Amino acid sequence: MTDSNKTPSGNGTGNGKDYKWVGTRAVRPDGVDKVTGRAKFGADLHLPNMLVGKVLRSPHAHAHIRSIDTSAAEALSGVKAVITRDDFSDQPKGAVQPAGEMTINYRDMVRNVMAREKALYEGHAIAAVAAVDARIAAKALSLIKVDFEVLPHVIDPVAAMESGAPIIQEDLMTEGMEQSPGAMTNIAKRVEFGHGDVAVGFAEADVVIEREFTTQPVHQAYIEPHACVASMTEDGQGELWLSTQGHYVARGHCATLLGLDVSKLRVQASEIGGGFGGKTVVYLEPLALALSRKACQPVKMAMTREEVFRATGPTSGAHLWVKVGATNDGRITAADAVLKYQAGAFPGSPVAQGAQCAFAPYELNHVRTIGYDILVNRAKVAAYRAPGAPIAEYATESVMDEIAGVIGMDPLEFRLKNAPKQGSQSSYGPKFPVIGCIETLEAARDHDHYQSPLKAGQGRGVATGYWFNIGGQTSATLNLSEDGSVALVLGTVDVGGTRASLSMMAAEELGIDLDKVRPMIGDTSALGYNMLTGGSRVTFAGGIAVVGAAQDLIGTLKDRAAKFWDIPVDDVEWAEGEARATNGYTDNMQPLSLQEIAKDMAKTGGPIVGAHSINAQGAGPSFGTHVVDVDVDRETGRVWVTRYTVVQDAGKAIHPSYVEGQYQGGAVQGIGWALNEEYIYDDKGRLENAGFLDYRVPVCSDVPMIDTVIVEVANPTHPYGVRGVGETPIVPPMAAISNALANALGIRFTDLPMSPPRVLAAIKAANGDATTAS
Amino acid sequence: MARIVLTGNLQLHTEGVSELELDVNTIRQLMRQLSTRYPGLPADFEDEVAVSIDGTIYQDDWFAEIAPDSEVHLLPRIGGG
Repeated sequence: MTDSNKTPSGNGTGNGKDYKWVGTRAVRPDGVDKVTGRAKFGADLHLPNMLVGKVLRSPHAHAHIRSIDTSAAEALSGVKAVITRDDFSDQPKGAVQPAGEMTINYRDMVRNVMAREKALYEGHAIAAVAAVDARIAAKALSLIKVDFEVLPHVIDPVAAMESGAPIIQEDLMTEGMEQSPGAMTNIAKRVEFGHGDVAVGFAEADVVIEREFTTQPVHQAYIEPHACVASMTEDGQGELWLSTQGHYVARGHCATLLGLDVSKLRVQASEIGGGFGGKTVVYLEPLALALSRKACQPVKMAMTREEVFRATGPTSGAHLWVKVGATNDGRITAADAVLKYQAGAFPGSPVAQGAQCAFAPYELNHVRTIGYDILVNRAKVAAYRAPGAPIAEYATESVMDEIAGVIGMDPLEFRLKNAPKQGSQSSYGPKFPVIGCIETLEAARDHDHYQSPLKAGQGRGVATGYWFNIGGQTSATLNLSEDGSVALVLGTVDVGGTRASLSMMAAEELGIDLDKVRPMIGDTSALGYNMLTGGSRVTFAGGIAVVGAAQDLIGTLKDRAAKFWDIPVDDVEWAEGEARATNGYTDNMQPLSLQEIAKDMAKTGGPIVGAHSINAQGAGPSFGTHVVDVDVDRETGRVWVTRYTVVQDAGKAIHPSYVEGQYQGGAVQGIGWALNEEYIYDDKGRLENAGFLDYRVPVCSDVPMIDTVIVEVANPTHPYGVRGVGETPIVPPMAAISNALANALGIRFTDLPMSPPRVLAAIKAANGDATTAS
Repeated sequence: MARIVLTGNLQLHTEGVSELELDVNTIRQLMRQLSTRYPGLPADFEDEVAVSIDGTIYQDDWFAEIAPDSEVHLLPRIGGG
C-alpha cells in the first residue's frame, strides 16, 4: 500500500491523449438498481425489533425553554425511549475542532440537534421519542409538556444587525471586529478581502454604478428527506445507516455528541436522493443513536418534507451592496462590495467564501469585499453548491452587466477584457494557477446560442461564475479477484456519478475492460478516512487515490510476473492489461494477463490488493459562463426561460454525460433560485410555505433542454487533468437570468426571486417611468 | 525568503501586519514561526486556514514545500457543498 501526498502520475497526461475509457459515456454502474427500485435509500433499511423515532419541534421562532415534562409520554404503552437536552452532555465552550470540510463548533452542534436553553427557530428539536410504531410515537409527542417563554425574534439580516434587535445568542462575540465588553450582537463575524485602494480606482473611472440587492434563503430541495437507522448495543457499540454526503464525517460528529469512541461506531451510507451540501451535517442521527442507546433496540427516523423545510439548513438570504467603476473603453478600475449573509441561529454562513468569489472572474487592481455573518431566528444554514458564491456573484455580475451596457460594450467582450488568466492576482489574494476563464468566455461568445437572433420581446443575459474546488483526505482499494476482475472499494458517497468516473480511471490505469471493475462504497470500517463528498472534490481527489491504488496494484502484479519468469522486476512492464518482459527477456516469455496472474496468485504470494490514501491538494479552480434567453408574459409577469447554455471548464471530463448532468442540474437549481424559490415567514417567524406545493422548485415543464459546452483546460495537479464540476454551475444563473430580464424589459431587478408578482409589479411601475424594481 | 500574505481577519492578531517575509521550507514551519512571532494568534488558527503556495491551495498539509521565492497566502478554510 502506498500512502503519500505525492500525486501519482498514472497513465493520464491531461488532455490530448486517446483513452479507452476516460472521456467515454460508459453505462453507469448504479443505473439498474436505481431504475428498478432496488437501490436502498436512507429509509429503506428494516431491522428486527426496529422502533420508530419522531421529533417534537418548537412552534416558536425564539423562546426560552423553562421546563420539559416527558413523564406522560414515557408512561404511554409502546413508548421505549424519550430523550431531551438532558440526554446530551454539553460540549465545552470554544470546542472547535477540525471535522470534515470545516472546523466544527460542537457546543453549537449539540444545541442545534436538540435545543438546550432556548428554542432558536421554528422547528428546533425539543425532544424525541422511540416507540413501537409511528402512531404511538406521534401520540407520545403530544403528551410532552414544554413550558416556553416566547421571545421577540428576527429574520431579516439587516434588522438583526441593528441595535435593539432581539439577541439570538447572548454570549456571542464578533470575530473580526472590535467589540466593547458586554455589548450583545447578532454579528458573528466580519471578514474583508482585497488589494489596492478602491478610492483611487473609482477616481480613475468614467462610469461608476452602485446598487443594492437582496436574496432570499433557498433550500437545497433534495428529493430524499433525511433518514437513518441507528442501532446501539448494551456494550456501547453502534451501527448507523443514513442518507449522507459523508459517512466518516457523520461518524465523527455522532461519536463526539454521544461520547463514543469513533471506532465503536460503524457507519454505512445509503444511496442518496440528493444532497447538494445539505447532507454534510447531522440532524436526526445523534437523536436516533441516543434513542437506540436508551431503548437497546434499533431506531429508524425519517423527516417529513415539512420537517426538512423547517429544521434543516437552506443557504443564506442576504443583503448585498456593490459598486463598480470602469473606463469608457471597458477596463474595470475598482470594485467594492459589502455582503450581509444570514447564518441562521448559529454562526457559519458562507459569507467568507462569497466575499472571496464575488469578483474572482475579473483581474482587478483595486478591489475590496467585506462580509458579515449574521445570526437570525432560522435554522442554521447548511452548505449549498458553491456555498456563498451564487449569492455574491448574483449581485456583482448584475452590476458588471449594467456597466457594460452603460458604456455600450458587449457583455462578454467586457468580461474578456477584464478576465483573469494564469498568474493574475485573484480578487481574494493569491495568483491564479492554470485556469480556463478566458476559454469559457470565448466558447460562450462563439457559441451558436450567443450568435443567434432573439425573437421580439425576448431578452438575453450572460454571467460568469467561479468556484475554488477542494481536495482532501481520500482512500481507495482495489481488490483483485481470482478470475481477474477487480473490486473497487471507495469511501466517498456517490452523489453525482463518481462510482462511474472512478471506475473508468481504474480501468484506464489497469488496461482492462470497464466491466471488470465493480465499484462499491464501503462502510467506515472498510477503508481509511474519507472526507465527505462536497466541494466538487471526489472525481479530483478520488481519482488521485484510485490512480495511486492502481499503480500499487500494478506494482504487485509486475512483482508476481517477475517471480514467475524469474527475472528482475525492473525488466517487467505493464501495458494493456498484461505484464510484459522487456530488455531481452521477451523471446520465451509470453505476456501474462491480469487473469493469468490472478488465477495463480495463491501460489505466487497470496491475495493481491492495491491501495492508496492521500490528502489531495491543488484542486483546480473552475470558471463557467452561462447564456440565457427569456421571454416574459407581460400580463402575468411569468418568465419563461426559452434557451439556456452552460459553458464550463471541467479540466478533463472523465464521463462527459455526468459532467453535463452537473452543468444542467446547477442551471436548473439556479433557475428556481432566480425565479421562484423563497422562504415566506409570518409575523411570528413561522415558515408558511414548508412544502413543494408552496415552495416552488422548477419542474421539467419550466425549463428548456439545457445545452452544455465542456471546456477542457487540464488541471496539472491531477493525473487526468480533472477539475471539480459540481459547484460552479449554480453560480451564474441568477445574474444571467436577471441580466436577460433587463435586456427584455429594460428593467433592472435587484431582489430575488424574480417571481411573477414581482415582475408584474415592476412592469406596471415601469409604465410610470421607473427603471429599477424591487 | 518566502513572501507571506495574511488575508481575512488574521492581521487582527498580528499587530496589523498583513505581509512579511519568512525563511520557511514547509507549511508547518510557517505555522510555527507565525505562532511564535504573533502569540495573539488563536491556538487553533491553522485549522481555520487554507494556504496558497504560488497559487496552489493546500488544506491540512503540514509538509507542503515552500520555496525561498514562493508567494504564500493564508486564506479562510474552503469548504463546498
